[in-house]
Amino acid sequence: MKAFSQHQGIVMPLDRANVDTDMIIPKQFLKSIKRSGFGPYLFDELRYKDKGEPDMDCSTRPLNKDFVLNQSLYQGANVLLGRQNFGCGSSREHAPWSLEDFGFRCLIAPSFADIFYNNCFINGMLPIVLDSAIIDELFDKVNATEGFTIAVDLETQKLSLSDGTTIDFEVDAFRKHCLLNGLDDIALTLEDADLISAFESKHKKESPWLFA
Amino acid sequence: MAGKTLYDKLWDQHLVKQSDDGLALIYIDRHFIHEVTSPQAFEGLRIAGRKLWRVGANIATPDHNVPTTTVERSAGLDGIEDPIARIQIKTLDDNCDELGITEYKINDPRQGIVHVVGPEQGATLPGMTIVCGDSHTSTHGALGALAQGIGTSEVEHVLATQCLRARKMKNMLVRIDGALRRGVTAKDLVLAVIGKIGTAGGTGYAIEFGGDAIAALSIEGRMTVCNMAIEAGARAGMIAVDQKTIDYCHGRTMAPTGAEWDTAVIAWRDLVSDDDAVFDEIVALQAEDIAPQVTWGSSPEMVASITDRVPEPAAEKDATRRNSLERALTYMGLKGGQPIKNIPLDKVFIGSCTNSRIEDLRAAAEVVQGQKVSDSIKLAMVVPGSGLVQKQAEAEGLHQIFIDAGFEWREPGCSMCLAMNADKLEEGEHCASTSNRNFEGRQGFGGRSHLVSPAMAAAAAIAGRFVDVREMGEG
Repeated sequence: MKAFSQHQGIVMPLDRANVDTDMIIPKQFLKSIKRSGFGPYLFDELRYKDKGEPDMDCSTRPLNKDFVLNQSLYQGANVLLGRQNFGCGSSREHAPWSLEDFGFRCLIAPSFADIFYNNCFINGMLPIVLDSAIIDELFDKVNATEGFTIAVDLETQKLSLSDGTTIDFEVDAFRKHCLLNGLDDIALTLEDADLISAFESKHKKESPWLFA
Repeated sequence: MAGKTLYDKLWDQHLVKQSDDGLALIYIDRHFIHEVTSPQAFEGLRIAGRKLWRVGANIATPDHNVPTTTVERSAGLDGIEDPIARIQIKTLDDNCDELGITEYKINDPRQGIVHVVGPEQGATLPGMTIVCGDSHTSTHGALGALAQGIGTSEVEHVLATQCLRARKMKNMLVRIDGALRRGVTAKDLVLAVIGKIGTAGGTGYAIEFGGDAIAALSIEGRMTVCNMAIEAGARAGMIAVDQKTIDYCHGRTMAPTGAEWDTAVIAWRDLVSDDDAVFDEIVALQAEDIAPQVTWGSSPEMVASITDRVPEPAAEKDATRRNSLERALTYMGLKGGQPIKNIPLDKVFIGSCTNSRIEDLRAAAEVVQGQKVSDSIKLAMVVPGSGLVQKQAEAEGLHQIFIDAGFEWREPGCSMCLAMNADKLEEGEHCASTSNRNFEGRQGFGGRSHLVSPAMAAAAAIAGRFVDVREMGEG
């Protein structure tokens, strides 16, 4: 996993609640057996006016200019500001893969759906939960200021806004540790292989039908 | 000390390691695998040179991408027209063959939607921890199991370690008191719950469904309810074990037999929340208040009774919610105040891991029997959840009832629930669907989905619009 310690960039506001993973990456792109290359199809149905298909050359597709991602103000944005229940729906990890591939390594919202939230951390991304009132303020600031940026410092758990203010955020200590050090979950778990084996033996003795 | 909830018990029975910061390692008994979320996990395992931890824990079947027309299915894998889908399914076959994982391949009679296949084979049993790279894994909780959807990295983690890294969720009890009225089903019940608590209402919780109305449901009905726990934001939904659960499991291919069965049953009977168990949240609904439900918007929480109207955005005070309402109505091509019964329909889909089991097909066939699909419906299709469901339905003559009425009778798979294969809506088309998600574009680019029960979908196919199934037939 790619380590994450500091991250800075333009904030793109996506002002809608319940952004689902079908919206983030439509199903036709899930036929890929790879982990990469999903960025051009991020928010495909909102972003383009035509119907997207896998392996399409997106550079010539008609853009939906009303969609925030296509607006000149937010070109190069790499922090996404969202509303409640961001990432709801399917467990498809293609959703964080497409966000990360596009460049959004930091997402900020009042709440995230459970599976999506977890999937982000595993992929070296930082989803940050802030109070609804703070999110409302952030939307106001981003909408009012061209080129509004946020600098994220994971070590100190602080956001530095381009207007000079700062916001503290919470993050799970284990997830923080993994992100800062780019640690692989599986390698960590396998350090407890003996513990797992011991549990498994006991479990099998107690409930042999689970191992039929 | 307070008693334990069903979730507490399942968690404690599988706890391998608990860290001081709340993080835990949970042992996974069963891992279901399908073609879409697994290839990258197998590849990751291979690249890292890691071994599969326990081959017997895994069961695979292709479902998301398989074609459902008999013609395209007849030549098996090689007959799949979409080359990208064919590669993905072949990749699953190759991975399972290489590692020795049991897979019900495309035209195996046991193939089907993974959440239909698991319980059917007895691969889902009470007391198990179950994961799958699919959010609707919550379905299996209907048998008193702790079942949850995971992402592809977690699929790889489970393949390599047989464990999941998790934090314990909070406990929510959704209690449905009383008895459902005639014509009101498990689907209507769970849609009503989602309408009440919202699509994020269960975030951070494991939901146990309880109460008289849940106890009265069949096991298949309970699967429909738990299937949609994720639509309320909860990774896991579950229902206590009772005699119905035990009877359902008895005699299934992978269920224990003989003395082992007797031991298992004793253990399973304890899979209920203790009387003095404490829930962090309790939501109660009265079954008699629930009418047949129809979703009108682009989120499962945007749901109303068949007798209701589409809401007026102007009446919504909260700006973000009003914004969502307006956006949904524009996308759906509907007007605030429009009666649900006036929503025009183009297609009807009966299938998906929510509603493609034999009882679902029986309920739909009962409504359809002797009638014809309305001329205004361009396509009405029934997609059984598995080869075995298909076979059973054909043995009962249900397929003929559907075919005679003008429905297409298909081969098993996820089909138009997520429209990865050729079964999809065209832009602007309205569909009465027994599936679980009405998100924008879910059933096809620009498609407009309305989630309903199998009986309501069948009735809509006949009438060409939504009708109250309670007013049909014996009336």
